[in-house]
Amino acid sequence: MFDALSSKFAGAFSALRSRGKISEKDIESTTIEIRQALLEADVALDVVESFTTKVHSKSVELLSTLQAGTNQAQAIFDVVNLELTEILGGGARRIRFAKNPPTVIMLAGLQGAGKTTLAAKLAKFYKDQGETPILVASDLQRPNAVNQLQVVGQSVGVPVFAPEPGNGVGNPVQVARDAITFANSKLHSMVIVDTAGRLGVDQELMNEAIAIRDAVSPDEILFVVDAMIGQDAVRTAKAFQDGVGFDGVVLTKLDGDARGGAALSIAALTGRPIMFASTGEKISDFDIFYPDRMASRILGMGDVATLAEQAKKAFDGDSAKKLEDKFLSGEDFTLDDFLEQLEAMSKMGSMGKLLGMLPGAGAMKKQIENFDESEITRTKSIVQSMTPGERRDVKVLNGSRRARIALGAGRKVSDVNSLVDKFTAAQKMMKQMRNGGSIPGMPGMPPGMSGLPPAPRKAPPPAKKKSKSGNPAKRALENGTIS
Amino acid sequence: MGLFNRLVAKVRGTSTASALDWSEIEAELLSSDLGPSLVSELIIAAKKMRGDDAEEAIREILRTKFSQKSRALTHGSGLRIVLVVGVNGTGKTTSVAKLATYLHTDKRLVVLGAADTFRAAAVEQLTTWGERIGVETISGKEGAEPASVAFDSAKRALDVNAEFLLIDTAGRLHNKSALMDELGKVKRVVEKVAPVSEVLLVIDATTGQNGLAQAKIFSEAVEVSGLIVTKLDGSARGGVALAIESALDIPIKFIGTGEAAADFAPFDPEKYLEGLLT
Repeated sequence: MFDALSSKFAGAFSALRSRGKISEKDIESTTIEIRQALLEADVALDVVESFTTKVHSKSVELLSTLQAGTNQAQAIFDVVNLELTEILGGGARRIRFAKNPPTVIMLAGLQGAGKTTLAAKLAKFYKDQGETPILVASDLQRPNAVNQLQVVGQSVGVPVFAPEPGNGVGNPVQVARDAITFANSKLHSMVIVDTAGRLGVDQELMNEAIAIRDAVSPDEILFVVDAMIGQDAVRTAKAFQDGVGFDGVVLTKLDGDARGGAALSIAALTGRPIMFASTGEKISDFDIFYPDRMASRILGMGDVATLAEQAKKAFDGDSAKKLEDKFLSGEDFTLDDFLEQLEAMSKMGSMGKLLGMLPGAGAMKKQIENFDESEITRTKSIVQSMTPGERRDVKVLNGSRRARIALGAGRKVSDVNSLVDKFTAAQKMMKQMRNGGSIPGMPGMPPGMSGLPPAPRKAPPPAKKKSKSGNPAKRALENGTIS
Repeated sequence: MGLFNRLVAKVRGTSTASALDWSEIEAELLSSDLGPSLVSELIIAAKKMRGDDAEEAIREILRTKFSQKSRALTHGSGLRIVLVVGVNGTGKTTSVAKLATYLHTDKRLVVLGAADTFRAAAVEQLTTWGERIGVETISGKEGAEPASVAFDSAKRALDVNAEFLLIDTAGRLHNKSALMDELGKVKRVVEKVAPVSEVLLVIDATTGQNGLAQAKIFSEAVEVSGLIVTKLDGSARGGVALAIESALDIPIKFIGTGEAAADFAPFDPEKYLEGLLT
């Protein structure tokens, strides 16, 4: 998503870092490079100007206080990081819940921004947190929008309030109003209102949005915007702000390769924070937007916090605990445990996405893109072709067993061999660690998992396809300690 | 004073009082999503110009950016298959319906293929449109293989001697290579029945410079032969479409300007320039 922007920033800073002593002139040229990078990424000119002016003046100010011996480049890097976090909206804000339920959330935005899909994602997100949301079909314009909401509502197990068939029939204001009565009577704690897409310049439809707003008095109005939007973002966001008004922004389609400059602009120009981000077509591809993490990502520092969180979510408490107990009691790590970890990893999302969150990921973009996702499936199929006994003790695997497994998994014997070798190595490593040894470097394991490095270093070695069988062991280990 | 007039005034050297500087013009041009490289090229050319015919000269610079290719739907004998592709939410399904209306009004026999089997209710959305227009829609089940739906609709179109088959495809982000491969497959499979005469890429007028990446990668996958620019009724000026024409030589063929089936027209370069610059 912000990859292109991120590599531009990386270029600007590596030039700065190569300087022993930084002069005001160096800051000047870095600022110019940052300005160019932002402009090419569709960031609105006003935002670019104010951002670069701030970075420049703060950096110059800082320079005079920094003595030789301190890392000047790092200090300036920190200034940029801080300012970037600031224009992305500062700290993450959560939904304001109503004092008396239901909490009403209204979605508004241009056609095709992704409101209906987002409504379902939002409903799922809060359902998982114990709320009892309903979805309200107030988009009666677009053919079969009501139908679409019903389908996605069903897939996330959230009831859909859709008394009108849509396709131009029915009054969206009345539907929204009735939905509140309905939610009250059925004690739903949250109401998510999907509205028709509308243009900022269409006064009639804007008035309709205002009427819906007045009918349901939402606790939050979220402006849903496509991350690929260009300079029109500024005009459209303003039109919505002046029209129906909004409290927060949701960015969709962040999994594309847009540079997301408009996203930066909207938060900065309207003063409304980006609250959620949607990063894929699956219902679970959705999360709270963390400006600080996004800033880290743009600056190539990775997003380890999100990675750890997703790991925690995927490795449910029980299995992590089991593994930890096993580890402590001195039992051997078996292929069954390994399989469990692999499955948990697939739950976390695609490897490409996970690797993208690692520090320095910007520099290894190509390798990440070429990562063969089916490799995990293949590895799983090999383990699944083993008998329970074989999974418990790989030592029994002789030539004929290996040939049988290869046949069962539809792989070559050499694939089985390499998996067994790597697994044995991982097993040995775990034993060493238990005996108080330090964690030896794993082949193909990107560094920096345990915390943020002070600065983006050289890219970690490209993820080697074959060597990742070692990953889950270590990852599992780490997750055993964080959950 | 519109941007165009200001630009002309600047070139004529008559705008000294308004102190309008080049950077301001640059900002204005950038805000129409023409993109930094096209804008700087335009500014450089404009700076060189002097004289009374400046207005026409500036238009001329922009005109040279247009593609020389035909803006009509590609001709062919027998069934003409039009594949409609694009990223999510640009308005593919609506555009298919509008194009069908346009052709149907012209007394052409049209069949629709609902190959967007991914998005919830996309098939129903197209079927509803088909019923409204009065054309047949061929669909599979939701989640069906899109290539097979496309294949079936091509067969059906041949059987009924249709002149046009318009195939709606699922929205896909161009950086998802698996989904782009799927699109290539749809095209290959359809071509077992009859050649695809046209691949139209739908570009949302609000899209920024990412539109260029979209056009480039979609072209690599399925040889895009024309663009449909949608949502031009909003405040976005759709400058990225011209940037695409200029960079990749893909002509804009149609524009969408509203939610009704009739809000659709063949692309008119002069009108577009007018909208871009005022």
